[in-house]
Amino acid sequence: MNAHAVGGMPEITYNFAYLDEQTKRMIRRAILKAIAVPGYQVPFAAREMPMPYGWGTGGVQVTAAVLGPDDVLKVIDQGADDTTNAVAIRGFFEKTARVATTTSAREATVIQTRHRIPETPLSENQILIYQVPIPEPLRFLEPRETETRQLHALAEYGLMHVKLYEDIARHGHIATTYAYPVEVAGRYVMDPSPIPKFDNPKLDNCPALQLFGAGREKRIYAIPPYTKVRSLDFEDHPFKVQRFAKPCALCAATGVYLDEVILDDKGGRMFVCSDTDYCNGRQEAGHRGEMAAPVGEGA
Amino acid sequence: MTDQPLLIADGLSKNYGTRIGCRDVSLEVYPGEVLAVVGESGSGKSTLLGLLSTELEPSAGRVAYRLRDGRVADLASLGAAEKRLLMRTDWGFVRQNPADGLRMAVSAGGNVGERLMAVGWRHYGNIRDEALDWLAKVEIAGDRIDDDPRAFSGGMRQRLQIARNLVTRPRLVFMDEPTGGLDVSVQARLLDLIRGLVAELGLAVIIVTHDLAVARLLSHRMVVMRHGRVIETGITDQVLDDPREPYTQLLVSSVLAA
Repeated sequence: MNAHAVGGMPEITYNFAYLDEQTKRMIRRAILKAIAVPGYQVPFAAREMPMPYGWGTGGVQVTAAVLGPDDVLKVIDQGADDTTNAVAIRGFFEKTARVATTTSAREATVIQTRHRIPETPLSENQILIYQVPIPEPLRFLEPRETETRQLHALAEYGLMHVKLYEDIARHGHIATTYAYPVEVAGRYVMDPSPIPKFDNPKLDNCPALQLFGAGREKRIYAIPPYTKVRSLDFEDHPFKVQRFAKPCALCAATGVYLDEVILDDKGGRMFVCSDTDYCNGRQEAGHRGEMAAPVGEGA
Repeated sequence: MTDQPLLIADGLSKNYGTRIGCRDVSLEVYPGEVLAVVGESGSGKSTLLGLLSTELEPSAGRVAYRLRDGRVADLASLGAAEKRLLMRTDWGFVRQNPADGLRMAVSAGGNVGERLMAVGWRHYGNIRDEALDWLAKVEIAGDRIDDDPRAFSGGMRQRLQIARNLVTRPRLVFMDEPTGGLDVSVQARLLDLIRGLVAELGLAVIIVTHDLAVARLLSHRMVVMRHGRVIETGITDQVLDDPREPYTQLLVSSVLAA
C-alpha cells in the first residue's frame, strides 16, 4: 500500500494476508475438495511461513486463504487467547491483512485454533480452523504412507480399533484422551488434531465450517457444516468424555474442559477453564468460583 | 475333499529381468488338501508362493480361485478391495519370520483380534473371548494375552502367527517355511499342532519347505521344483518312497537319517 513511507525509509508491504494470490487460490482449491469429500486428506503445496513448523504453519495458511478484509479473527492456543502462539498469529494477521481481531468467540467470524474448540457454541457464519501436527490417524499403527492411503481408499479401519483394543487391554478402558479418532459422514476416519476428546462431541453436527491444516505434512481436510461425526468405540466400551469433580475455580462453570494449574510445591492446585474467553465472560457476568478474587478487587 | 479344485494355477511364469523365477507352473489345490512345494534354495518355491497368493504379478499365466459363493474368479480380475477382503478372511499367510506376519508392538490378543476387527467385530468382550479361545488352541497360556510378541520365544511367535491367521476360519493357508529357524523339538510340536488344526478345520494348505520331513509329515501331495520348473508331482509318500526323477532321487537320498 504505502510503497514510500515518510522519512525516506521504504516500508515493508505484504500482499493481503501474506500469501500471494496464486498460492491462496491453490489452497482454496484444496479446501473446496476437502469440503466436497469430508474427512479426506487433500494434499496441497504448503509454503514456508515465517514461523517454525509445529507453530501452526498449516492453520495459518488456511486462515490466510479464507480471510477477507471484513473478517474478525480470533486465535486460540490451548484454549487461551493470551499465550505466545495466539498473540503471535493474531499479530501476524493484524499486520499483514489489517483485519480486526477479537478474543470473543461470539464476535469472531474466523477462529484459528490449536488443540481446543471454544465452549461457546459456534454458528453458521463462522469458520473454525485447526492447526494439525500429524493428520494421519493410522500413522502410529502403519508407518507406510502408501499403505495408509490404500486403507483409507478401501475404508479398512480395523487397525484403528486395534489401537483402541490395546488401550482397553492395557488400561481397562480406552485411554486415548486427545486426538481421538472419529469417523466423518460415515466414511473417512479422521484425526481431529490434538483436541481433548472432551471436544469430540462438538465436532458432530456443528453449524460452523471446520477446516484442518497440516503445514509440515502438507494436508488439508474438512468437516462441512452439519456433518455427522462419530467417535470410534466398542459396543461394550462406548465413547465417553472426561468428567471433572469440581467446577472451574474462577467462574464456577461446570461441564467445561478444565486445566490443572499447580500452585505450589506442596500439592496445591486449582482447576480452571481452559477456554479463557468463556471464563472471563462468565466472571464478568458475575459468576464466582471458590478461588476467584472478590468482586471489585479484580486483577 | 470335494472334486472341485479350490485354487487352479495355469501356466504361471515369472521372470526377474532375464533371470527366471519360475516357469510354466500349473497345479491344482483341492479343499482340505495339503500341498507341499519342495526344492532346494533358489528353485523358485517362494516365487511360486508369491504368485499363487497374488503378492507377485505373474509374467504369464493365471491363478483362479473358487470363492465362497462357488464362483471361480481369475485373481487378476478381482478389484483391490475384493482381493484384500479375500486375503483377510478366506486366506491366511504364515511367514517364515514371525516378525513379518505379526505386529510386534501389539499384544497377542490384539494380533489375534485384528482380523476380527477388520471384518467388523466391535464388541471388546467377544473379541477377547475369541482371542483366548485361539490362544488355547495354539497352546499359548491365556495369561500371556496382553504380552506383546517381543516377549515370546520363536516357537510361540510362530504359533501366535498361526492363531492370527486362522481366527477368521480361512479355507486356504499359505505357509512359507513355517518351521524354519526353530529347534527340532519345537519344530516337532509345531508340526503336530499344524497337522491337528488342518485336520480339524479342513484347511487347504500350500506349504513351501526345503525340509522333506516336514513335507512327509504334513502334506498329502507334493510338487518338486528345480530351476523354476515343476519336475515331479504326486502323492507325498509315493514321491518320497519311489522318486522318479533323478533330481528327486538325489534330494531324497541326501536326507540324513537320524
